[in-house]
Amino acid sequence: MTDLKYRLAPASEMSRYCFPNNAVSGDASRCVCLIDSSTVEEINHIVHNGGLYKRPFNEAFEETPMLVAVLTYVGYGVLTLFGYLRDFMRQWKIEKCQNATEREEQKDFVPLYQDFENFYNRNLYMRIRDSWNRPICSVPGAKVDMMERVSHDYNWTFTYTGRVIKDIINMGSYNYLGFAQKTGACQEAAAKVLSQYGAGVCSTRQEMGNLDKHEELEKLVARFLGVESAMAYGMGFATNSMNIPALVGKGCLILSDELNHASLVLGARLSGATIRIFKHNNMQSLEKLLKDAIVHGQPRTRRPWKKILILVEGIYSMEGSIVRLPEVIALKKKYKSYLYLDEAHSIGALGPSGRGVVEYFGLNPEDVDVMMGTFTKSFGAAGGYIGGKKELIDYLRTYSHSAAYATSMSPPVVEQIITSVKCIMGEDGTNIGRARVQQLAENTRYFRRRLKEMGFIIYGNEDSPVVPLMLYMPAKIGAFGREMLKRNIGVVVVGFPATPIIESRARFCLSAAHTKEMLDTAHERTWKSWNRYSLHPK
Amino acid sequence: KRVRDTRTKLAPAYHLILEGILILWIIRLLFSKTYKLQERSDLTLKEKEELIEEWQPEPLVPPVPKDHPALNYNIVSGPPTHIITVNGKECINFASFNFLGLLNNEKVKSAAQASLKKYGVGTCGPRGFYGTFDVHLELEERLAKFMRTEEAIIYSYGFATIASAIPAYSKRGDIVFVDEAACFAIQKGLQASRSNIKLFKHNDMADLERLLKEQETEDQKNPRKARVTRRFIVVEGLYMNTGDICPLPELIKLKYKYKVRIFLEESLSFGVLGEHGRGITEHFGINIDDIDLISANMENSLASIGGFCCGRSFIIDHQRLSGQGYCFSASLPPLLAAAAIEALNIMEDSPDIFQTLRAKCERIHKALQGISGLKVVGESFSPALHLQLEESCGSRENDVKLLKRVVDYCMNSGIALTQARYLEKEEKCLPPPRTRTGQICVELDCCFLIPLSHIIRISVLHCIVTSRFFH
Repeated sequence: MTDLKYRLAPASEMSRYCFPNNAVSGDASRCVCLIDSSTVEEINHIVHNGGLYKRPFNEAFEETPMLVAVLTYVGYGVLTLFGYLRDFMRQWKIEKCQNATEREEQKDFVPLYQDFENFYNRNLYMRIRDSWNRPICSVPGAKVDMMERVSHDYNWTFTYTGRVIKDIINMGSYNYLGFAQKTGACQEAAAKVLSQYGAGVCSTRQEMGNLDKHEELEKLVARFLGVESAMAYGMGFATNSMNIPALVGKGCLILSDELNHASLVLGARLSGATIRIFKHNNMQSLEKLLKDAIVHGQPRTRRPWKKILILVEGIYSMEGSIVRLPEVIALKKKYKSYLYLDEAHSIGALGPSGRGVVEYFGLNPEDVDVMMGTFTKSFGAAGGYIGGKKELIDYLRTYSHSAAYATSMSPPVVEQIITSVKCIMGEDGTNIGRARVQQLAENTRYFRRRLKEMGFIIYGNEDSPVVPLMLYMPAKIGAFGREMLKRNIGVVVVGFPATPIIESRARFCLSAAHTKEMLDTAHERTWKSWNRYSLHPK
Repeated sequence: KRVRDTRTKLAPAYHLILEGILILWIIRLLFSKTYKLQERSDLTLKEKEELIEEWQPEPLVPPVPKDHPALNYNIVSGPPTHIITVNGKECINFASFNFLGLLNNEKVKSAAQASLKKYGVGTCGPRGFYGTFDVHLELEERLAKFMRTEEAIIYSYGFATIASAIPAYSKRGDIVFVDEAACFAIQKGLQASRSNIKLFKHNDMADLERLLKEQETEDQKNPRKARVTRRFIVVEGLYMNTGDICPLPELIKLKYKYKVRIFLEESLSFGVLGEHGRGITEHFGINIDDIDLISANMENSLASIGGFCCGRSFIIDHQRLSGQGYCFSASLPPLLAAAAIEALNIMEDSPDIFQTLRAKCERIHKALQGISGLKVVGESFSPALHLQLEESCGSRENDVKLLKRVVDYCMNSGIALTQARYLEKEEKCLPPPRTRTGQICVELDCCFLIPLSHIIRISVLHCIVTSRFFH
């Protein structure tokens, strides 16, 4: 166990350590740090906005140990050197070149890819390519069947042996509430709608693609979120990239979190507004940017900004952190800006009745101007939605790119969402939804606690069902993923460029469908895989 | 006495004083505060707070008038097939892109049902993280085989297909020559790529050649830069906005002459043109390897959801790591992939549907000619036609209102048409107002009465519309 030093962290480092709490006792100045479950130390901080939180907010991002950082850089250095060596050998035909190449007739065209762009791809990614794109052949529930594939040429090509690896514990799919099922009320309803309506729609919402099912879905989603009105789209990614440009344009300012998802970044870029980045979940950084923006106005012309939009996510899927929503809303109100909250991972997963991060903090949904989310994760379907005031949704119905040019959602998918939302709300007459939300919360707490007890470095908030386990070194990425698969557990491993170069990690996504036995098995096998290569950092 | 040693000669007084002053100045500069240019604001804290108090942002969204034409959607109850119930009224559907009539096909539906029973609805993850199903791999193989290319890649949303494919290859500094009538998805892809865009007049090869020649002279001025600047031509097989096809043989000639790669968007022509429905390359008899990338969506002829790109592995494999809509988004639900596979089976097993479709398109095209006041925009074999006003009524708003009256009248008479929807402020070259009509679909399982009654209805429509709206 590393000896984590407790110290009085200065205010600028607050986001790296622990969090303000206990407004219940009216004490806005205490901060509880739960790093080791057996010892709880309290550190006194003068915390600016501690009084806004109605519940403990425990988030930790342990610093990378110095030795590990150095070794990681050394590891990447060695890989890069070998990469250059292999490229050299390939160029001089000492080694066979396995890449696909340009057509003979087009050899004198400008090359489509620069050599160095693909350096990482050829030399680093290719070595551990079998950790990703693993093909499965069953429903992505708590256990999944995977098609076995082997490579005889170091991952350049794969062949399928025809064998199916059965009953792998699935800790990689985003199935938070366990609605990915092939039997049950949702599946039956979807089957009925499929036979009645067909699979496709073949038209856009504004033309002839607006089915009565879509209207029903939108009213239901609005009721679920507690907002006036909502609109649904066929793809979560496209919901962001097509609607942010409709809301802001030139002359507006977007303040976006450092670690926002690619769809938010793309939407912000396509809008043409000025983008400024604030440090991840760091409220001082955000406040400074807001102050400077309003005081100084647009760069060069000094004209005032037309509007300011803050883009944040509910749960950040690579860090496992939860946005500091009470503080963001307080800042937003003070500086008269607008808030766009992307609840892709947090809808259904947080909150006592699964209504997302707004309910988790006990806040009013009307304080969030644009509530966006996706149906892929907790509802076992596909697509995205935006909820908010009626004027906002009317505007989006008229001017959203998706409504005018993109095909509307498929009817059986819509029915799956309707049934699962009703189940979560308890309107189908059963208690299943509520039970699942509670099960997920319990699974999260249990899993995180046990992993911490074992001594692993886990990032993120205590309540987030996304659990990143730090690996750091490049070789461990491939090794850990393969060992876990050998032991029949499927995890997701991520490295550069999705994460900073020295912070590679494995990610566990918990589900309400996981039983306690499955979690215990996962713990035990994680420990074994870790020990197999003596990867123990402590 | 000895002469005084020159080494001990003292410097003149003014030297010492000058050096002393210089040293003091240096010490002062070293210890004085540095100024950052940005923070040289002369505002006090109080003034800043006042500014913050005073600033008023615009409302998040401007209000939309209640009678805005795009605000009130038509509500379709029941399946959107050949006979469609719009706003409670039963009409013949001339507004959905259901070209091959596969929306209501029983085989397609049962394939989707089987997939639903096996996989559930959603995939719960992107392709990289346990979201790759065997159905996806099978669909990609089938599409590649059907189009006779090496590889294909699937996206879960039709719009995102070309909008992710273009920025994966074309970056800042590259040059893209694109037709003026390109659809909105292509425009968004180009915007995301940050490349230099050069528009050429619709289907005008002379204009394109002029632009290419200009680029060539530019290149000769700066050959080093030219060696790393990629060039692309982006065209559509069958243009959504004008209903005509691009002159592909001439484009291929230009490609080899000026060393430009071609990206072809075949959303409307896939499953429509060509003897077996392989699109415009089959229509013109061109070797498919001459086209670098073909992109199409599966939401028209295949009556499913999603899109695909196909081409050589050298090109397509790159999108598996750089296509944003592929890497960062959940994969296509398996039931939709299974529906697409079954639709592909039907296309392969009965290639005569393409002839039937073409024949019906030509009949409708002919029947719609001669309505005074409205002209038909589109090729005779295009299943998507536009009816445009011959003379404008003055402003776009009035045109739109008149066309709305035409569309409403047709709907009341039992024919579902739609106005072509555009985002007026966002389109680069906004097409004039028109209704989109004549989206003919081939009905294989219905008897011939319906196609005939289409013609009868159209003739009736013809007379009535002529007399009522255009004197």
